[in-house]
Amino acid sequence: MTNTIDTQSNNTLESMINRLKKEQHRFWAFSGLIVLLIGFSLASPNFFQTTNIISILQATSVNGVLAIAATLVIITGGIDLSVGTLMTFCAIITGVLLTNLGLPMYIGIPGALLGGLAAGGLSGFLIAKLKIPPFIATLGMMLVFKGLSLAISGARPIYFNDTPGFSEISTGSLIGAVIPALPIPNGVLILFSVAIFASFILTKTVLGRFIFALGSNEEALRLSGVNVERWKMLVYALAGAICAVGGILLSSRINSAQPAIGQGYELDAIAAVVIGGTSLAGGRGTMLGTIIGALIISVVANGLRILSVPQEWQIVVTGTIIILAVYADILRRGKQ
Amino acid sequence: MSFLVEMRGIEKRFPGVHALKDMQFDLKAGEVHALMGENGAGKSTLMKILSGVYSKDAGEVLIEGKAANPNGPREAQELGVGIIHQELSLMNDLTAAQNIFIGREPRGRFGLLDEAKLNQQAASIFKQMNLELDPRTRVDELSIAKQQMVEIAKALSYKSRVLVMDEPTAALNDAEITELFAIIRQLRSEGVGVIYISHKMDEIKRISDRVSILRDGEYVDTRNSAETTIEQIISMMVGRNLELEELVVPDVSDFDTALEVKNLNRGRTVKDVSFSLKKGEILGFAGLMGAGRTEVARVIFGADRLDSGEILVNGEPTKIKTPSDAVEAGIGYLSEDRKHFGLFLGMDVRSNIAMASMDQFSSAAGYMDETGMATAAKNYIAQMGIRTPSDTQETQFLSGGNQQKVVIAKWLLRNCDILIFDEPTRGVDVGAKSEIYKILNELASEGKAIIVISSELPEILRVSHRIAVMCEGNLTGVLKAQSTQEDIMQLATKSMHSASVSTSISGGAAK
Repeated sequence: MTNTIDTQSNNTLESMINRLKKEQHRFWAFSGLIVLLIGFSLASPNFFQTTNIISILQATSVNGVLAIAATLVIITGGIDLSVGTLMTFCAIITGVLLTNLGLPMYIGIPGALLGGLAAGGLSGFLIAKLKIPPFIATLGMMLVFKGLSLAISGARPIYFNDTPGFSEISTGSLIGAVIPALPIPNGVLILFSVAIFASFILTKTVLGRFIFALGSNEEALRLSGVNVERWKMLVYALAGAICAVGGILLSSRINSAQPAIGQGYELDAIAAVVIGGTSLAGGRGTMLGTIIGALIISVVANGLRILSVPQEWQIVVTGTIIILAVYADILRRGKQ
Repeated sequence: MSFLVEMRGIEKRFPGVHALKDMQFDLKAGEVHALMGENGAGKSTLMKILSGVYSKDAGEVLIEGKAANPNGPREAQELGVGIIHQELSLMNDLTAAQNIFIGREPRGRFGLLDEAKLNQQAASIFKQMNLELDPRTRVDELSIAKQQMVEIAKALSYKSRVLVMDEPTAALNDAEITELFAIIRQLRSEGVGVIYISHKMDEIKRISDRVSILRDGEYVDTRNSAETTIEQIISMMVGRNLELEELVVPDVSDFDTALEVKNLNRGRTVKDVSFSLKKGEILGFAGLMGAGRTEVARVIFGADRLDSGEILVNGEPTKIKTPSDAVEAGIGYLSEDRKHFGLFLGMDVRSNIAMASMDQFSSAAGYMDETGMATAAKNYIAQMGIRTPSDTQETQFLSGGNQQKVVIAKWLLRNCDILIFDEPTRGVDVGAKSEIYKILNELASEGKAIIVISSELPEILRVSHRIAVMCEGNLTGVLKAQSTQEDIMQLATKSMHSASVSTSISGGAAK
């Protein structure tokens, strides 16, 4: 009997420590961001200016959206290398619908989202039904989307000059129209809306619970009578639709769909996810962490640029931060 | 009398478990000392402390009279303690000799490898063991038994005076076991002390000089093997005499048949298995390791594909291709391997309990009813006496018995009519065991149809209303309750040709 009581008090203590550790985790990523902000502000008076902060946020929007898509997949224990070129593919779809076919935006935008949903669903099919490992399946799809983008566009950019409202999606400012002192671009609003939406999916819906369960123990989920294949495809499809949002944001900002870009974006997205504390082993992660991770990458790039550090060294610093962030995580978990 | 190894007052705690309490053990030179106990008794933990994998919380370890506190297997090896794990850890593409001296290869001129010397040194160890084996043979060309010999040679190459063997015969046939025992006797005659862990009773009698019994992390006794009967060892292991408590077998002759399977086949593991199960009945499945019991359960549950055969649920022929089909038909399956196939260790008790019933707790759009899940989880926590600080505790911090109750709750919430329990008390302590037996009885009295697969004969005899026995994929017979262990063993070995059959009395493959 004493043994029982003993066990119980141990458990209470552990759950408390456990909870603290979880909070501590978010605290570290967040305080890392704050330290960077303070450091750059002290180093240069040009850093902490409204226009610069807004440009940091604007620069985060596309990578942030892709990182949100990658987070959903990574928590299931998978990986998606195709988020970058899928984004481009969706941008090209948007260009074809709006410019080449001259369709209105209320058809073009949903069309691109559906295209992303279907394309992501195809990756999900390869992984869930055909059992191709996610790394290989999405590596293949990455090249497929890249090639399709070039083929459909004839390897030339598609401009949106005939669709006047299109660039407003990213660069317009609804907030600025109401509060002129805060000209936050719509692209940033869209990033945060997508993040809140994805966070809602992750924490409040069955899909979200199954995303964590897939990453925690996929076989146990299958043996709980859950149709694992269907839910997995749904996750990749949802990630695909979110990549489409990224494609629309990017092409609206540069007022064109560029078929040659996209590859390499997936690595920035995965970097943001990892810095934000999501485990590549699956089963663990938050959207808030991912957003903080994406902001850290943008802040570092922006701050170093303001300090006139050459771009090649900015890349070195970003790489170092990824390694440090993951090593810090390993140290923390080693203590458990 | 001087000892090779002395362990006194060893204490070890893990989160939620007091794994070793004032544990003691000693080993003389030139003896084979068997370590016996049920799963979770503390054998592996004790050996991991001796071999430096775990650090002890308290107590002392003396190796050849000197206080030793090995930090890691490497240091233990330098102190002369070699361990041969159940899972062999050899590199298949290298030769036997290369494996033995990996990381310590003899060097020739210019620091190049001296392959000839390497093979020569390996050959001399084999000679010492009386083993016929060419050191240049690639490991993947060797039988499991020979691979084990290479592992032993590797341990001896460190001049090991103490050899720990964890279930060394689990994968061996009778001839190979004889071969292994010859080597063990050879080592014993040279003064090596062997610590032998096994669940097979007849082996303990055959090979060991002394036997120590552990139970629930506590030391029970050490006896001379020759003077101790198997029955005495068993009763010390389980801590009570195996007199059966009153088993009440209900009369289910008027009840409907819940599950009937006809001529199930799958590869070589399930051969033409047919049986039926009534509502309110507990059907035990007995048999040796690898008899095909788990495989039958997995086929019925749709976890593995069926080659041929028919499954009838409540009299209706039912196509079950996936576990979701089975759950749809009202069948739940609790795997023998809770951690890999049953639990989401990083998720909380509430999510674990709700995982098979999420459709009950969500709107059409998929929004979850957390309050409903919490209420259901709290109900089961109270009803089944799951010891957890709250329903939001991660299941990895619960003890084995409480984890098992969480998995049971998952299926009760789903309201399955047919429940298959595969080794329901594996890794569960004695107290929680009887609670689980109670739950099984209550479920049966509520009209659930229950299958219990167990490798522990006392458990089968204690809970089953009828006992199905399997051997080599065949269902060799169905016995009534209160049959004897001998009746079961006879059916469990029915189609085996070999005369000597190992009686696995406990879980068998301790992981």
